[in-house]
Amino acid sequence: MSIVKWSRRAIGLALLAALLGGCAFNGPQSTFSTAGPVAKTQLDLFMLTFWLAVVVFVIVAGALIYILRRYRRKASDGDSLPPQTHGNLVLEIAWTIIPVIFLVIIAVPTVRVIFQLEGRDSSNTEALEVVVTAYQWWWEFEYPELGITTANELRIPVGERIRLKLRSGDVIHSFWVPQLGGKNDNIPGQENEMWLLADEPGIYYGQCAELCLTAHAYMRFRVVAEDAAGFEGWVSAFQNAATQELASEPLVNQGAQLFQQKGCAGCHGVAGVSVGNSKMPNLTNFGLRTSLAAGVLENTPENLADWLRDPQAIKPGNYMPNLGLSNEEIAALVAYLQSLGKPDVQAQAYLGGLDGTR
Amino acid sequence: MALGKQAAEQPGGLLTRPTAARGIWSWLTTVDHKRIGILYFVAGFFFFLIGGLEALVIRLQLARPNQALVDPDFYNQLFTMHGTTMVFLGIMPLSAAFFNFLVPLMIGARDVAFPRLNAFSFWTFLAGGIILNSSFFLGGAPDAGWFGYAPMTNTQFSPGTGIDFWIVGLQILGVASLMAAFNFIATIINMRAPGMTLMRMPLFVWMTLVVQFLVMLAFPAITIALIELLFDRQVGTNFFNVVNGGLPIMWQHLFWIFGHPEVYILILPAMGIVSEVLPTFSRKPLFGYPVVVFSGVFIGFMGFAVWSHHMFTTGLGPVANAAFALTTMTIAIPTGVKIFNWLATLWGGQIRFSTPMLFSLAFIAMFTIGGISGVMLAVPPVDAQVQDSYFVVAHIHYVLIGGSLFGLFSGFYYWFPKVTGHMLDERTGKWVFWLMFAGANITFFPQHFLGLIGMPRRIQTYATGLGFDLWNLISTLGVFVLSAGILLFIYQVLRDIRLGERAAADPWDGRTLEWSIPSPPPVYNFAELPEVRDRDQLWYQKHGPKHHGGGLPEKPAETDQGIHMPGQSWYPLMTALGLLIFAYGLVYNLLLAGLGLVAVIICIYSWAFEGVGGYHIHPKTEEQS
Repeated sequence: MSIVKWSRRAIGLALLAALLGGCAFNGPQSTFSTAGPVAKTQLDLFMLTFWLAVVVFVIVAGALIYILRRYRRKASDGDSLPPQTHGNLVLEIAWTIIPVIFLVIIAVPTVRVIFQLEGRDSSNTEALEVVVTAYQWWWEFEYPELGITTANELRIPVGERIRLKLRSGDVIHSFWVPQLGGKNDNIPGQENEMWLLADEPGIYYGQCAELCLTAHAYMRFRVVAEDAAGFEGWVSAFQNAATQELASEPLVNQGAQLFQQKGCAGCHGVAGVSVGNSKMPNLTNFGLRTSLAAGVLENTPENLADWLRDPQAIKPGNYMPNLGLSNEEIAALVAYLQSLGKPDVQAQAYLGGLDGTR
Repeated sequence: MALGKQAAEQPGGLLTRPTAARGIWSWLTTVDHKRIGILYFVAGFFFFLIGGLEALVIRLQLARPNQALVDPDFYNQLFTMHGTTMVFLGIMPLSAAFFNFLVPLMIGARDVAFPRLNAFSFWTFLAGGIILNSSFFLGGAPDAGWFGYAPMTNTQFSPGTGIDFWIVGLQILGVASLMAAFNFIATIINMRAPGMTLMRMPLFVWMTLVVQFLVMLAFPAITIALIELLFDRQVGTNFFNVVNGGLPIMWQHLFWIFGHPEVYILILPAMGIVSEVLPTFSRKPLFGYPVVVFSGVFIGFMGFAVWSHHMFTTGLGPVANAAFALTTMTIAIPTGVKIFNWLATLWGGQIRFSTPMLFSLAFIAMFTIGGISGVMLAVPPVDAQVQDSYFVVAHIHYVLIGGSLFGLFSGFYYWFPKVTGHMLDERTGKWVFWLMFAGANITFFPQHFLGLIGMPRRIQTYATGLGFDLWNLISTLGVFVLSAGILLFIYQVLRDIRLGERAAADPWDGRTLEWSIPSPPPVYNFAELPEVRDRDQLWYQKHGPKHHGGGLPEKPAETDQGIHMPGQSWYPLMTALGLLIFAYGLVYNLLLAGLGLVAVIICIYSWAFEGVGGYHIHPKTEEQS
């Protein structure tokens, strides 16, 4: 029968696709590549529901295929009628109870895990607290106990519980780092809480999961988990940022002046340099970040130069204006921004392949 | 005027009752439920194609990473209009097409309770569709998603008119749905043929009844929410304005206590259709009829107790999340019961694989997948990961395409001969089915994977290196297969509506009353009101045992004046036109709105005094002549 042949082929193709894709199920934003207990617990629960789903689907689809093959109308049926059965009470009761059993198997661990992962956990006052404020289309991370405010990159120590307080500065956003745990919404006028813990050092990708208009697709961020020493170093770099000397390169100094003259300082705060606008990303120790434009690009001198040249081309709709900078001005600003937090590094390293003429 | 027809006396009024029997004027003034059903289908299918075109552009944009086929703002307009269109202008009116054409025929009535109100529902729906879609050409369509979460929709973040169009468009569509709901509740409760008790009603009529109650109870919630939003935008109130103490989360509660029953408004008609098709093509009665009926009623009832499962990540707290997880899981029980009863209906039957049956069988398989992923989403810790990801996109499309749309297509192939008097060619129909079945699965199954590997929904583009590339490409290719099926369907319908084999009154060996009258049905439906002694009345008339049940009430005596047919009317169309003006006025100019409102009031007033009108028809005399 051609239908059976076709469906066999389709199933074969689907299996092949699944095999090919098998390697694609892991990734820096995959819920399968868990890197912490929250994501792990959620994945375990998902796998439980998944296998039960497979059982249910095999029962239903198997029964359907069996019935369709066995009770296909034959030429010999003629005018005869099949038995006109109207129902069966025992069967009805049976297939009411069977779903109930399946649901109880899911419901019991569900309720347990809901309370286990609850964010408002007052017993954990020791955990490091970070206030996550979402704006169109970037993230502010504030560490009240450490006096640190930064943007788009959440640094955390490995193996420690982090308490996140989620707020919004404008519309609703949603904070999601799949490898570390499920999402929670940033809602204006309300504060949500959640906790995360990273088991391993690494860079975990996150992304806003709630529509927030134009640049929603570009509202990404990263969580950088480091060992205790690395995290301590990062913290002290921030705490000393205000008093840090500027690198002695002339290009860097030129960039520092342009930062004021071109109006950058009016929006962007840099510790010890500018207050900026509290609703715009703070650039203190910008040179220590791995990405720019809210996780859209790797933080390299070339990318930063492209960004300064035309921010709308890289992230349509964002609030950074095109300042009409010349190549020389861009080179100076790149050198300055890349030097923030890394005063000892040679200017050529900040510039990478840029020579001021590109 | 044909022999056997006589006009009833015409009382005075602003406009005389129109009498055009053919041509465009007859369609614009019609009050015949069958014609209104056809109008609903044509308009609904047209909007469905627009929504499909929007989906095609969305999938092309996502075919490869970092593409810029459409800019982000236009992309947001596309998916907002795609969702809004498919829900309110696609599946709902396509379902309404079946309600209109079939319910009076299935219950042995000659029309709905309020024929002019029925026409008004249609024209008002069309006005709503025009308002929503015209926004594309009037400064930009709405772009805040079909759910329009506050405060994204206030004037600070959405200063354009797109959201205003969305608000008034949905309000107008709500008027259309509510009018239709009252009409069908009155029709089903009051106009059943003698002997058709509630428990002898065809399953499709039952599901229609449940849907109308859902509409009646769910739409007021979104009406209130939309009025509050309109006031926030135009009068400066602060329902959702955080700075002045408004509460954005309140929008979500109001929206979803409408929005969840709404998804049952979309799926229950399809379940009703499947419950008619499976018995016919198995030559067996529906297994466990009372259980299937009560499962449908229970699903509808529980639809009002699960809205917060759309809000598991909004910080409602563990107690609320646990409670809504449990109520949501409860819905899986009646749904599972329905699926098992459908399987038991097939069991032991003589199964014919005609096109309507193929769509109904695919409904069972695909709706099962959508139902299972629904249970997964009901688990809040799992939902935390997959909420607002492509996993949800896959889930809703399995339920709304594999479920609602396949159910509607099944119904279309099943009742097309009844509506047009022509058969749809089986060979082409099977091609349509397999293309749509393959296309839907290729498009939407990979989206489960996309969600699980971290792709949020409603993003205009994505970076490479996240593992999204392959699955997105496969999904986009699937859309072409699905589109091929839809195009072949359009070709087939346009061909077979003229050239298709002539359909007999009862081409499928059907079970319900509509198959007892000619195809297409005469304007008066039943020359003589049927007497109903059984569920599946026609089946027992044909195959016995006869007089299965008793208790037939006395049949109302038909006078020798013949059948009174309602007269056509201008007022439904004109009142809807007034509403259209009123709606544009709300967006642009309150003076215009006032003008529209005055027009509506004058039309309703004249409508009320239009008088009985109509004519009498003597089918028996006609047959003799």
